Amino acid sequence: MLAHTLFFYIFSFIAISSAIMVTASKNTVHSVLFLILDFITISCLFIMIGAEFLGMIMLIVYVGAVAVLFLFVVMMLNVAQQKKEWFSSNDSSKHIPVGVLISIIIFFELTVVIGGWRYKPDIVSSMSLPLNTDITNTHSIGKILYTDYIHLFQLSGMILLVAMIGAIVLTFRERSGLKRQSYFAQISRERSDSVELIDVPSKKGVDIDD
Amino acid sequence: MIEVGLGHYLTLGAIIFSIGIAGIFLNRKNIIVILMSIELILLSVNINLVSFSIFLNDITGQIFTLFILTVAAAEAAIGLAIIVVYYRNTSTIDVEKIQSLKG
Repeated sequence: MLAHTLFFYIFSFIAISSAIMVTASKNTVHSVLFLILDFITISCLFIMIGAEFLGMIMLIVYVGAVAVLFLFVVMMLNVAQQKKEWFSSNDSSKHIPVGVLISIIIFFELTVVIGGWRYKPDIVSSMSLPLNTDITNTHSIGKILYTDYIHLFQLSGMILLVAMIGAIVLTFRERSGLKRQSYFAQISRERSDSVELIDVPSKKGVDIDD
Repeated sequence: MIEVGLGHYLTLGAIIFSIGIAGIFLNRKNIIVILMSIELILLSVNINLVSFSIFLNDITGQIFTLFILTVAAAEAAIGLAIIVVYYRNTSTIDVEKIQSLKG
């Protein structure tokens, strides 16, 4: 139990400090790298508390896909060179105290919610799908995801499809003056269109240019 | 204090959520950092769902975390595509220079 507590505090310290560095670092590439560190740390926490499948999926999806996509876009758009202070502004705007105030208020609201939940622990009494400790985490998620939540699962696949098509349509750029292979023209070409047999008269030749 | 319970995980989620909100408000660099802050917020929601799922002994939270993961991936793809198109049109994604909506 002591090791669990120790690792929890270590991981949460790394997670919070890297989350601060995501917003505070000057270089955008560093922000993405700190975001990756944050994802890895949170997935370590997930694995530690017993949700192994989600920890691994977080590693695959977030670190393997989303963060690499961010890194890709940051390097493609060449915005990493802007060495701007993270909250400096040209005009003296009032957004810094307002932003800090709003986030502090949100934090206190969340702590009030947590505290209220802790002091009244019987507020959640209905337990719909209890964890089965005999089978693995992945097994139990699969047993419920493919039976009770099958429609939501297919809908999430639909969301991914729509997002994929949307991203392709948004970034698609039709370039003119580009010579492309036309499969239809290739396949529908016939012998009579391209080959012509001509009787060549003797000592007269053929006009090729007509 | 030595026993890590649900409250610790929820506090961690709340802290990361607040950092994400602060990152959205305070950011003066480019929109990509705002998208990363949104990812942080979704991550903190995931922390909350998973810790509730574990400590309340109910697996529905983990299923919902999977769906949030899906939506977060879709949102990141669409948002980055929009940013790429915007950069191609205006060659800047500075937060201060994006003001055509006059918001």
